[in-house]
Amino acid sequence: MNNKNATKRPIKVYIFITCLVDTFFPEVGESMLKVLDDLGVEVDFIEEQTCCGQPAFNSGYQDDARVVAKRFISIFEKTLNHDSNTETYIICPSGSCTSMVKVFYEDLFKNSPEILKKVSRIKENTYEFSEFLIKVLNTVDIGAKYDGVITYHDSCHLLRELRVKDAPRQLINSVKGVKFKEMDLHDACCGFGGTFSIKFPNVSVSMLDEKIDCIVNSGADTVVSADMGCLMNIGGALSRRNIPIKVIHLAQLLASRG
Amino acid sequence: MGFEEVRFEKDSDKAIQNKPLQKALVNVTDRFRSARNKASSEVPGWEELRSNVREIKKNTIENLDKYLTLLEENVIKSGGRVHWAKDADEASQIIVNIANERNVKSVVKSKSMATEEIDLNSSFESAGIKVVETDLGEYIIQLAGEHPSHIIAPAIHKTKDDISKLFSEKLGIPHYENPEELTKVAREKLRSEFLNADMGVSGANFAVAETGTIVVVENEGNARLTTTVPKIHVALVGIEKLIPRYEDLSMFLTILARSATGQKSSTYVSFITGPKKPSDIEGPEEFHLVLLDNGRSGVLASEETRESLYCIRCGACLNNCPVYRHVGGHSYGSVYSGPIGAIITPQLMGIDKAAELPFASSLCGACHDVCPVKIDFPKVLLTLRKRIVKSRKLSVKNTKDIIEKLGIKFWRFTVLNNSIYKITNKLLYYLQTPWKESNGKLKSLPYPFSRWTDQRDFPSVAKRTFRDRWKERRGQMG
Repeated sequence: MNNKNATKRPIKVYIFITCLVDTFFPEVGESMLKVLDDLGVEVDFIEEQTCCGQPAFNSGYQDDARVVAKRFISIFEKTLNHDSNTETYIICPSGSCTSMVKVFYEDLFKNSPEILKKVSRIKENTYEFSEFLIKVLNTVDIGAKYDGVITYHDSCHLLRELRVKDAPRQLINSVKGVKFKEMDLHDACCGFGGTFSIKFPNVSVSMLDEKIDCIVNSGADTVVSADMGCLMNIGGALSRRNIPIKVIHLAQLLASRG
Repeated sequence: MGFEEVRFEKDSDKAIQNKPLQKALVNVTDRFRSARNKASSEVPGWEELRSNVREIKKNTIENLDKYLTLLEENVIKSGGRVHWAKDADEASQIIVNIANERNVKSVVKSKSMATEEIDLNSSFESAGIKVVETDLGEYIIQLAGEHPSHIIAPAIHKTKDDISKLFSEKLGIPHYENPEELTKVAREKLRSEFLNADMGVSGANFAVAETGTIVVVENEGNARLTTTVPKIHVALVGIEKLIPRYEDLSMFLTILARSATGQKSSTYVSFITGPKKPSDIEGPEEFHLVLLDNGRSGVLASEETRESLYCIRCGACLNNCPVYRHVGGHSYGSVYSGPIGAIITPQLMGIDKAAELPFASSLCGACHDVCPVKIDFPKVLLTLRKRIVKSRKLSVKNTKDIIEKLGIKFWRFTVLNNSIYKITNKLLYYLQTPWKESNGKLKSLPYPFSRWTDQRDFPSVAKRTFRDRWKERRGQMG
């Protein structure tokens, strides 16, 4: 283990579990927990939390999104009122939901200065999982072991809204037994795009076809990403086509012990 | 009209089935993209340059009335005439009138998106005036009777074979296989058109307010000929093409060519200030500048989406868009395609006529990253989506919209209360049973989820959700 924790105060993490992870992929949340546990970080989960509001926001239903986002803000705002002896963070295993909070809440509440104040406090303390490990915990090697050839799909929001490109790659490369292969067009959208994938299924699948080709041609046996939205899309095509490539979230990779 | 009917889903389905088109799109967008990436990486301070040109555009658009008045004054001072067109019909009427009053029989045109937008060619043809496109790509699509499918490469949907057949059929020449030979044929045909034309029509990449100069950027030399050989030159320019100062051009020209084709500079850059002066050897006797609104002042009025007018039509957003790459330009039903089309078409032609377009994006943000004026495409798309949802009139005819709204309302109801949310997840777990396969995947779901499961497996709702597992863990930890 190589935990060069630069901060002096103890760290407390409130995990923000996306609705996709909660409902369809709970093992991803558990993997994130395992990694944080192993790093000795105190973790809490507020059971009131549900969704950040992104599905409605992206579909144009901003009033509905605002009501749900307000609820999210009031729940997570409380986490930041802790005593000054701990450093408190909100950590999420999704670049997309993290960017909803860190980037798009500002737009959603641009006419509410009071809420914007809360948003800016939350924003400062909210991190996507891989960025948190690298930037806040200064941790690269967490003792993970995985026997396989891995390629990484950059999720659009993590890459282009949060500008996180290297952190997941550094983490993947630190896993013992892993051979990393960059795919062509690794930063191209997989065609998910939330409701886009059912509004224009053929366009979505045409984009996905190209992504699948890139994954297959990379020679990897496992594809990793930091967003279950993308992985649900990519995995949905791989399993439909009986292509034996494993699909795992970065947290699952980091929680493997060989 | 330059704007056809928008039927994005239908037309994109067709484009996806068209294998030669798919191949051409990948080739062209790959080539433009890598050229742009290389060219931009060679300019020190590229990001700063983007910020600077954005600032200039922002300032210009926010003070457009002032700069337009200045431009008008300076065009008149240099001997030109200025016409104001509130919409496409008025612009076409003004230009056709200029032609009719001067007994113009034949017009040559250089490539211009604004003239495509108002479908000027149809107006000329109805008035019995011959009009010939002189940009090679535009010439090809004019022969084919089609619309451009890319802002800077209008005929990219056509293969070499298509063009060979088209030329043979329309120009009565043998089937030439070789692109050089085809280009030579076009060049010879066009040369005589230039010499016989009574009027030249161009667009402009920039109009400089302080000098009254219009700037035309091109690679074939046809725009230079269009604007200098015929006796009359008419330039149709959207009101958003203004820049305040002559010296700003160095930044804009630097960023435009590199963003568009990856060239350091376009082969020809023409600076046109009024008609021929007594001291000039060549040039038109008359210069007319037609300033086109056609919905732009409406875009200007909206603070949320105003930045759509900063666009300098380089096409980089198209070349980097994964949606454009798979559907091509014609799917957008408008002369403007790709991300810029998705934001500008609904604003210019009316949101109700192009309501599909702002949704025809996965919001991946690749366009935002390469836009030379940093238009925040995802933000503008989201704003337009909001407007569309607000303006929808739900009736039995729009079952799709009703289902969507019910879905959102149901989602809102469940996520606003975590007990309801938990119960819903439990219910979904049991409800999914009939569709669940032995491997835990859902392979066919009812509409609208069928639009996912027709081609992809859907994951099943977990028996124990994360929050269930958290509770157990907490119980164990005591």
